[in-house]
Amino acid sequence: MNDSNFPLCSLLTYSKKLHLSTLGSPEATTTIELVQMDYTATQSGFRQRKLQPNMRQRNSSMDGSEGSQLFEDTSRAAPGTQAGYSSNQQAGPQAAGFPGQSILSDPMSNLAMAYGSSLASQGREMVDKNLDRFLPISKLKYYFAVDTVYVGKKLGLLVFPYMHENWEVSYQQDTPVAPRFDVNAPDLYIPSMSFITYVLVAGLALGTQNKFSPELLGVQASSALVWLIMEVLAVLLSLYLVTVNTDLTTIDLLAFSGYKYVGMIIGVVAGLMFGRPAYYLSLLWCCAAIFVFMIRTLRLKLLSEAAAEGRLVRGTRNQLRMYLTMSIAAAQPIFMYWLTYHLVR
Amino acid sequence: MAFTLYSLHHTAVLCTNAIAVLHEERFLCKIGWGADQRVGGFGDDPRIKAQVLNLIRSVRTVMRGQKSVFLCPQK
Repeated sequence: MNDSNFPLCSLLTYSKKLHLSTLGSPEATTTIELVQMDYTATQSGFRQRKLQPNMRQRNSSMDGSEGSQLFEDTSRAAPGTQAGYSSNQQAGPQAAGFPGQSILSDPMSNLAMAYGSSLASQGREMVDKNLDRFLPISKLKYYFAVDTVYVGKKLGLLVFPYMHENWEVSYQQDTPVAPRFDVNAPDLYIPSMSFITYVLVAGLALGTQNKFSPELLGVQASSALVWLIMEVLAVLLSLYLVTVNTDLTTIDLLAFSGYKYVGMIIGVVAGLMFGRPAYYLSLLWCCAAIFVFMIRTLRLKLLSEAAAEGRLVRGTRNQLRMYLTMSIAAAQPIFMYWLTYHLVR
Repeated sequence: MAFTLYSLHHTAVLCTNAIAVLHEERFLCKIGWGADQRVGGFGDDPRIKAQVLNLIRSVRTVMRGQKSVFLCPQK
């Protein structure tokens, strides 16, 4: 039984993390789970990408857990204690229980594995090199360095921003601090998760109106995505026209525009559970909250120093910037209503 | 409104084309948006009109590959 699995395993060395869970008994099923083939690039200073053939994984479980991660570990916990690597640790002790017929003794599968791994690494490097030109992968990593506490605090801030006092993003030697350490920093985790949740909730809402079909999920998703992209482009254009010297990047704007999905989800869910008045009430609350949130966040980034502190500064430039901030913040409730009113009837 | 990503792409291409086909001599100079009418103090921040003209100019340069600077015909 083990022999028949080895050629299959050799083909699967393409994967980033090989999760082999076997109970060690002959009648137990061997489940091979292909986890996330990522073609993301790492910078030259990061740890080397090592493909994990089966034999390396079985011989050294602890080393395997270090080498098999493609991303720098952005969580606080040590790699050894993470749940994701328990699979490697499981495979380690169980590897010792395997019979002596390992891959080393079979030259054909050895050759096949070596060939496959070299081919895979070549392909992966080519894809990484080309992908890094279009998507700034390393910059994206910063926006996903979040933890549960941050997400909880940020969600609370999105719904109730009135008590929060200090809205400044803290810096650490010229680079902004990761979102995990600063609740004011923008992240992309909440927007992307809430976007996906919004699409699912929209499908649910349409289902209650007997209008659901699987294509409709795709239509909702692409429609919301298009509105998001158009909003980000409009904000970028207006920032260019007003020549604001700001350190807001495109991804920051994407993050800020994505925060409104949280309010939309709350509105639609309340509307589904308690009817239309509840939808209107909760949407009103969330619109006001996101309006205040956006104004307070953008004020520090777009306006000049003096105006941001609240002092009235005359001059057309500051007036323009104030109008710009107001209109960006006012566009959020409009979009929130526009994208959800057809879901709650 | 069911927008798709294809319609977004369609819109972008059409808008870029619309900016690219604006005729310098017949249209832009007539309404005061010509290439040489971007007057602004050098120490000052450029005004919105200058930015718009700049944008139009750069889109047209990229799309049409024009290398020469065209001045509005003097009256």
